[in-house]
Amino acid sequence: MKGLALFPETPSAGFAEALQLAALEPILLGVEDLEKTDEAANWSLVLIELGDEPLRRMRHARRLHEDTGVPIILIVLKDQIALIVDEDLELADFVVVPTDPQELRARVRRQVSTVATDEVLRYRDLELNTATYQATIGDRPADLTYMEYELLRFFVENPSRVWSREQLLSKVWGYEYYGGARTVDVHVRRLRSKIGEQRSAWITTVRSVGYRFG
Amino acid sequence: MTTDKQAEYVLQTVAKRGIRFIRLWFTDVQGFMKSVAISPAELETALTEGMTFDGSSIDGYARVHEADMIARPDPKTFQILPWREPDGVARIFCDIHHTDGTAFAGDPRNVLRRNLRGAADLGYSFYVAPELEFFYFADSGPNPKVLDQGGYFDLTPLDTAQEYRRTTIEHLEKLGIPVEQSHHEVAPSQHEITLRYDDAMAMADNVMTYRLTVKEVALAHGIYATFMPKPLEDHDGSGFHTHMSLFEGGENAFYSADTEHGLSKTADAFIAGLVHHAPAMTAITNQWVNSYKRLVAGFEAPIYAFWARNNQSALVRVPTTKAGKSSSTRIEYRSPDAATNPYLTFSVLLAAGLDGVRNAMSLPEEVGKNVFEMSSRERRDHGIRRLPETLSHALDELEQSELMNQALGDHVFDWFLRNKRKEWDAYQHHVSRFELERYLPIL
Repeated sequence: MKGLALFPETPSAGFAEALQLAALEPILLGVEDLEKTDEAANWSLVLIELGDEPLRRMRHARRLHEDTGVPIILIVLKDQIALIVDEDLELADFVVVPTDPQELRARVRRQVSTVATDEVLRYRDLELNTATYQATIGDRPADLTYMEYELLRFFVENPSRVWSREQLLSKVWGYEYYGGARTVDVHVRRLRSKIGEQRSAWITTVRSVGYRFG
Repeated sequence: MTTDKQAEYVLQTVAKRGIRFIRLWFTDVQGFMKSVAISPAELETALTEGMTFDGSSIDGYARVHEADMIARPDPKTFQILPWREPDGVARIFCDIHHTDGTAFAGDPRNVLRRNLRGAADLGYSFYVAPELEFFYFADSGPNPKVLDQGGYFDLTPLDTAQEYRRTTIEHLEKLGIPVEQSHHEVAPSQHEITLRYDDAMAMADNVMTYRLTVKEVALAHGIYATFMPKPLEDHDGSGFHTHMSLFEGGENAFYSADTEHGLSKTADAFIAGLVHHAPAMTAITNQWVNSYKRLVAGFEAPIYAFWARNNQSALVRVPTTKAGKSSSTRIEYRSPDAATNPYLTFSVLLAAGLDGVRNAMSLPEEVGKNVFEMSSRERRDHGIRRLPETLSHALDELEQSELMNQALGDHVFDWFLRNKRKEWDAYQHHVSRFELERYLPIL
């Protein structure tokens, strides 16, 4: 995970173990590193464990955020939650120690992925990232052409209803495409072949009408 | 669907998928794929301005005084190459332009686009589905060694060839080229993969990609795949049977519910056009000296220009479709061979068929009988002409065809005739084993 940083460089034993189990290897930051604001561009997310110096580290977190704007996740003990409840520091998130490694990984990933959740469309094991145009199926990237991608996106955004070829042409292609309605059939076929045999049934042909997704 | 958005899509994909090389693909007049590799850094410029290259070294391209040409990538053809997946290599087909931005008449993609526009002006879009045959040999040497017969059985057992085919199909599907079916062909070591229909431009690109995919998979397994029309004297050659349909919007223009066999008047006239222009377009559909060794009696390839519904020796065949499947009514043209230039072949087939439609040509007599058993007089009485027997004869027929000249454009038409006459002359100089064995002992 690129650009993940941790302060202080010696985390508590419990949190260190959680990091290890979550397969996260953050860049370790000492107090002096926090001053190097020009290096902050390399950090996409900073974990700050309050540990045994909660107030001091809160100050560090506040300053770091003000100087660099980098998102911060605070690692807190259960009884330290009270400290951050009314804190006006804009936290990306916080995680309580003892920490479930899966939860830690999930929360870190939510931040590090530069993508806001509403930019990702999902259907079963299909993910469409509308910011980067990438599609993954079962965690493997799918190599779609632009129009295949747009057609699939339209389907995922508008599932469970039947669309005629003409409707798809005007909504996905956007104008009367010169290939005519047959173009839709061709693209559906290509799409089915690319998403694979098992998933090809996601797109149902409704005879004499058109297509339905999901 | 603006080109800008498509270009943006390609650039994003290149960045996200770690693509290191983008191959710009285009085709020369004889159907050889040309490729220039560029780095991702150059891609944005290539997409907006095109890539300049020296066209004078490409067969059938520019004359020396206009050597600079521009390859403009067509972003909707961007694909990551599955057989190079770990290395991050993608391809993108290009249109070729002059430096002043006008389309280059010698670019086969441009020839096909022009013909498709002509069809679109009449309200038609043209869909094709080819059956592509090829051979696997042990190597590319001049004595073809088949893989699944006799002594070579040990080299690669039968199921190994199936494995090659399966890998090829997996690659094709990943490339967005849906496969209808595949099987071992009649001849030893010969295979066929049938592609699902697509619009003619996409299909011509697909055929180029398909041929490369087959060759790449063979290469990866240490064998050789060839699309040579007739590599083995005693066996069938490799065909490129082309199934065609015309659509008017969403409707199949070849279908009619009111006729006995479900064929529309448009279909009748299209067939008539194909049969009428068959001799003239043979030089394009069968462009090599060797092509004519496939068009001989005794094998499955057609040699007479006639049509039929169910006659495997017909040049134009109308396959039986399932009742009620109006969309699959289609016409099959059976003479082209696997080493044809798909852009030009689709262009001339479309031009010939549409000429029939424009002039409302009437459907010639269907020939159900075995044409080979007819006397030449009977054939003449039925108006059945033989396809050209040699490349030279085919070029004569081509040269006289005004329609072919229009369909191909002056540049391709002239270059093709000149180049192919040279090929024929080179062949004429050759004294073959046949002649030595036959004549030397007796003359």
